[in-house]
Amino acid sequence: MSLLSVHDLRVEFATPDGIVKAVDGISFDVERGETLAIVGESGSGKSVSNLAYMGLLPKGKTKITGSVTLETDNGPVELIGMEPEDIRKIRGKDIAMIFQDPMSALHPFYSIGDQLVEAHQAHNKVEKSVSQERAIELLTLVGVADAKERLRAYPHQFSGGMRQRVMIAMALMNNPSVLIADEPTTALDVTVQAQILKLIADLQKKFKMAVILITHDLGVVAGAADRVNVMYAGKLVESASVDELYAKPKMPYTVGLLGSVPRMDRPHEDRLTAIPGQPPSLMKLSGGCAFAPRCTRKSEVPGNKCETTSPELIQISTGHYSRCHLYEGKTK
Amino acid sequence: MSGLLAYVSRRLAVTFLILLAVSFAVYLIFAFLPFDPATLTCGKNCNDPGIIEANRIRLGYDKPFYEQYWVFIVGLFAGRNYGEGAAAIHCAAPSFGYSFQQHACVTDLIGEALPVTLALAIGALVLWLILGIGLGVLSARFRGRVLDTASTIFVLIGTSLPTFLTGLMLIIFVVIKWHLLPFPAGGYSSPFEDFPGWLNTMILPWITLAFAYAALYTRFVRSQVIETSTEDYIRTARAKGLSEGLILGKHTLRAALAPIATMAGLDFAGLMGGAILTEAVFNLPGLGRLSLGAVLDYDLPIIVATTLLAAAIVVIMNLVLDLVYAFIDPRVRV
Ligand SMILES: Nc1ncnc2c1ncn2[C@@H]1O[C@H](COP(=O)(O)OP(=O)(O)OP(=O)(O)O)[C@@H](O)[C@H]1O
Ligand SMILES: [Mg+2]
Repeated sequence: MSLLSVHDLRVEFATPDGIVKAVDGISFDVERGETLAIVGESGSGKSVSNLAYMGLLPKGKTKITGSVTLETDNGPVELIGMEPEDIRKIRGKDIAMIFQDPMSALHPFYSIGDQLVEAHQAHNKVEKSVSQERAIELLTLVGVADAKERLRAYPHQFSGGMRQRVMIAMALMNNPSVLIADEPTTALDVTVQAQILKLIADLQKKFKMAVILITHDLGVVAGAADRVNVMYAGKLVESASVDELYAKPKMPYTVGLLGSVPRMDRPHEDRLTAIPGQPPSLMKLSGGCAFAPRCTRKSEVPGNKCETTSPELIQISTGHYSRCHLYEGKTK
Repeated sequence: MSGLLAYVSRRLAVTFLILLAVSFAVYLIFAFLPFDPATLTCGKNCNDPGIIEANRIRLGYDKPFYEQYWVFIVGLFAGRNYGEGAAAIHCAAPSFGYSFQQHACVTDLIGEALPVTLALAIGALVLWLILGIGLGVLSARFRGRVLDTASTIFVLIGTSLPTFLTGLMLIIFVVIKWHLLPFPAGGYSSPFEDFPGWLNTMILPWITLAFAYAALYTRFVRSQVIETSTEDYIRTARAKGLSEGLILGKHTLRAALAPIATMAGLDFAGLMGGAILTEAVFNLPGLGRLSLGAVLDYDLPIIVATTLLAAAIVVIMNLVLDLVYAFIDPRVRV
């Protein structure tokens, strides 16, 4: 049984303009110690799909269906539809998260010691001093020098990279089995990005956790992930091991994304324009493939099928899935 | 800590300079108003040129403007004599002048009125902060639910009812109809002499003032809390598995505190100029009544002094607020 198993997860937001289908029936498994990368353009539902089963989406106007099961010390639990108080006990303990902007993700008014200790205290009935020892241990582990003194420092006294290290330390306070890293390096300098990714990989081995690495940068994924899920307009459009995906990308969107990996000879900003056009509005999705309006190969599929029929996610080779009419009937 | 001390003394020095400038400006304004201050000293219906000229010399209004100002400043630090010989009137330092209409040193008049207004403002502030922050936080927490709707109605009533009406209604119902409180004796007694009597005098004025402000603060706190709860660090706190109570009471409220403190400080300073209507309804001899009477009677020395006092309180309150910010936000501490 997988550590984390997501089945047919759907998230809809009721907005004044209509229903937004932010996540439209995605399924995937995450194994112990594995790194799953989730890539896709901005707005494709990467964050929402993971916030949903963490119970972190605004309540009231949000509808979440499907099933997400997590293996815990007390056996498997279903996360969707869980009581707020029960899911709270899972958050930060079994599943921890780190976010994109480490400046705004830390509370500016509390010392980092305070914020680390409180993460431990939330799930452990122990003396403050015990949590403090744990905080020092983890700060040291993530590479913060003089951890004991630095506990009293405030977030603004750290650099961006150091803040993200603090966030990682905070996420690991309770030894989680899953770490969700939502674009952990996007807000950082290129040189620091590599250090943070390496740190996450090292800690992953040490703590034997699964990592879900969310990014819109396939360049980040290459060295870091085992599997890659590509998302487009709330759907999974391709899923494969990282080597397979780089060697034989199938879905034209994935091919486009790979073409937009930043390279030294191209300015950084250019990469967003690599796939011409915009992702569709999630409110009025047509019956066809959501990528069809931007797809350069749709004419290869006979009968205008891309515009009229939504393709299914099909297995192309062992462990390689793609949602594209081009490959229908060509499975091995 | 020594850094804080240096900071405070530097700020106090600046505050002193600002007050000096304000006092000069106030003096300047009143010096060039189209009134003859000497004529005003003997009341509205007085036109005995003998008294007027005698007062002009006694009060120094015959001297040039800058000399008057200098004497005023010296009087602040050394006290001041009006007239000479046996008929001289002495006002001890800090002397803000002498009111011929009330036959009293202005400092003494303010000394009597200030505690009243202070007691009124502090009591009301405490009440409305408890009520406003409490209700604001709760209605943000239970947004769109019954409690939120109820507090919206409270906000609507509180912001639209004028204070004198609230005050009158309180007197009519609480005191006259329901006999919940004895009829206020009028006037003001120090809490150090008669504590229950003092409470009895102040409780309705406090409620009257606090009612209006609590409504404003409920709305403000609610919107601040809702705005803060969309911050990334609140999401982090939730992702850590903290309880909703801890998130609200610690993380959200702390971040919303700075704007609330700003508003409270400025409102408090404003009230210290005198809550004229509330003081009038409850017959409290506070600064509001003193200034109102002075304005109606053209009692210049009192007007100058209360204007200065109001300015001083605003300036000092700004200093206090800066210290509060430093306490709330570590980024402000140097
Ligand atoms: N509370 C909400 N109400 C309505 N729509 C929302 C809400 N939260 C997210 N969405 C919409 O859901 C879609 C998916 O958002 P999501 O944050 O998951 O994108 P993403 O893939 O993480 O993008 P990015 O790379 O920018 O982080 C977006 O179109 C977004 O506008
Ligand atoms: Mg996102």
